[in-house]
Amino acid sequence: MSIPTLFVISVVVFVVIQLPPGDYMTTVQLQLQSLGGLTEAEAAKVAQELRKVYGLDKPLYVQYLVWMKNIITRGDFGFSFQYRKPVADVIWERLGWTILIASLCHLISTLVGIMIGIFSATHQYRIGDYVATFFAFIGLSTPSFFLALVAMYILASRGIQPGGLFSQYYLFAPWSWGKFVDLLKHIWIPVVIVGLAGTARNMRVMRGNLLDILNQPYVLTARSKGLPERTVVFKHAVVNALHPIIMYQGMVLPFMISGEIVASTVLNIPTAGPMFYSALVSQDMYLAGSFLLLVAVFLVAGNLLADILLAWIDPRVRYD
Amino acid sequence: MTEKRTMRVAVNVVEAERGKSYVQLVWRNFKKNRMGLLGGVIIVTLAFLSLFAPFFAPHDYYKLDADKAYRPPQRIRFFDAEGKFHWRPFVYDLKLDIDPVTFSRIYREDTSKPLYIRFFVRGWEYQIFGFRSTLHLFGVEEGSIHLLGTDRLGRDLLGRILHGGRVSLTIALFGAVVTVILGSILGALSGYYGGFVDMLVQRAVEVLQSFPQLPLWMALTAALPRTWSSLQVFVCMVVIFSFLNWPMLAREIRGKVLSLREQDFIVAVKEMGGSNSRAIFRHLLPNCLSHMIVVLTISIPELILMESVLSFLGLGIQPPMISWGVLLQGAQRIEVIGLYPWVMFPCAFIILAVLGFNFLGDGLRDAADPYSVRRSY
Repeated sequence: MSIPTLFVISVVVFVVIQLPPGDYMTTVQLQLQSLGGLTEAEAAKVAQELRKVYGLDKPLYVQYLVWMKNIITRGDFGFSFQYRKPVADVIWERLGWTILIASLCHLISTLVGIMIGIFSATHQYRIGDYVATFFAFIGLSTPSFFLALVAMYILASRGIQPGGLFSQYYLFAPWSWGKFVDLLKHIWIPVVIVGLAGTARNMRVMRGNLLDILNQPYVLTARSKGLPERTVVFKHAVVNALHPIIMYQGMVLPFMISGEIVASTVLNIPTAGPMFYSALVSQDMYLAGSFLLLVAVFLVAGNLLADILLAWIDPRVRYD
Repeated sequence: MTEKRTMRVAVNVVEAERGKSYVQLVWRNFKKNRMGLLGGVIIVTLAFLSLFAPFFAPHDYYKLDADKAYRPPQRIRFFDAEGKFHWRPFVYDLKLDIDPVTFSRIYREDTSKPLYIRFFVRGWEYQIFGFRSTLHLFGVEEGSIHLLGTDRLGRDLLGRILHGGRVSLTIALFGAVVTVILGSILGALSGYYGGFVDMLVQRAVEVLQSFPQLPLWMALTAALPRTWSSLQVFVCMVVIFSFLNWPMLAREIRGKVLSLREQDFIVAVKEMGGSNSRAIFRHLLPNCLSHMIVVLTISIPELILMESVLSFLGLGIQPPMISWGVLLQGAQRIEVIGLYPWVMFPCAFIILAVLGFNFLGDGLRDAADPYSVRRSY
């Protein structure tokens, strides 16, 4: 089922990254002309030679097939012109950080969102509910780059250098407890920025569902049996209110990744965000394309996982 | 369970409200929702302000003036420097000065003379709906008034923000409308005809939904040639937005059409010789109206946010066209934010607009749509 989807995704990615007029060699040609002092004809010749070296002069479908073949057989995603390294060397570490930050945001926003949602639903129309709802709406309405800018400003005005994942002291140091603590000191900034909107969403979903469930007859039954309210809420209602959140998991990760890209581009954190942005701007096509492709593959896998999880939690769900 | 309850609700509503149109029913439910009304008021106000932006802007916001770069917002006052009360609100003009310690440019208030704010004054000439006018809501007789400060090139920020609202709001509105048209037609075709069409549409939905939206949008908008005019970029962004956004609605409409298609009223249309297109456009789609409204109100705030992100990163709308995202490009550097925090004002308008649409959407959703499952936010 997923294989044809993945195939179409790879074709779409390839088409999208081929869309801009010109290629990276056009950029190189312009650089040679302006900085290298070559004439237009000479620069064009060099660019043409380079195209031949990297196979960019071949017809598009050949380029696509070669790219795909190398990915599948050798895990080789092509060459990043900007970094002058194979894409695979550049992308994995950065993508790893992106996925790590996105997953952390995801985890935290799910847990916190669910808890606030439960609180809000069980205290409907009281002051706590109104405060939570107000902040949820603000969280949903604030662009993440604005939060990143504000965070950057606040941190800078307190003398903390924002951006990056490590302080300079630990940048090239081997892993140690100190380095880990240093990482935590840096990573919470993007996590909080990106996680806020997700927390708000989860809170709204949880609140809505739990309110629906609490009006169901079986909850009334549980209450009339004389069960304590805590048992009614947590053992009977919450479990059933969780399903939409799990079903919705597959859609949250792309949301988090989007947020992470924006936040780390603004804060200049060395994750896949700034890399993807500069790859797009300078038409480093294999790097941009590989990132799009890998993220899409992760999402397909994530959706599959969410489906399995749902079937495991709720035995009534059947996939035929 | 829900199905049964909804049916009963639907029947009750129909029994009680015979003779009232759909719009009347929606309005009756909607006006009970105070947050929804508040959202509506916010949106209408913002739309009105940006539509008549030049009228509300006391200074020409395209005119460059290096002497007025990064002026801080002027405060509207009733009490002057000596503590005397004035009936007419006024501002103090700003005089450029050099800080004796840091030698940086600073503005000092010139408290010698209050500049009274006059209403309905004549000022710079502008064109609106083809009419030329010089009338402005407010202004000062001499000196200048910048209630939200000025930008790097000394242009009035208030005017630019109001004007930028035109692009930010219309791009979202157009994007959402095209999304709804595309999504409902493709969804209806997919559900009505089934078979090959259905398979094709569903695969497309699957592929588009398995991309994270923002990176794909970034890639597509980065592909727009730099040489294109602002208007071409604007149209293309609408197309890209709606092209990537329709799958969610298509899926819902398909489900709805699948359940409606076998019902008596559609069978009757076919029996009486009605064409397929009549069945779809006259009978099936009007039944999906509530879904369309819901998706419309979800999409607009999403698109406003997305446009601002893309334009902020320099991938979306290009100057000289102004949108809220473009205005925030001026706030990318931390030194600028630190020294001139008022360049962040466009963001307040983004938050306000998105908040307004979210409130409005929540209200409309409950009013337009007593049948659907509760949405995520």
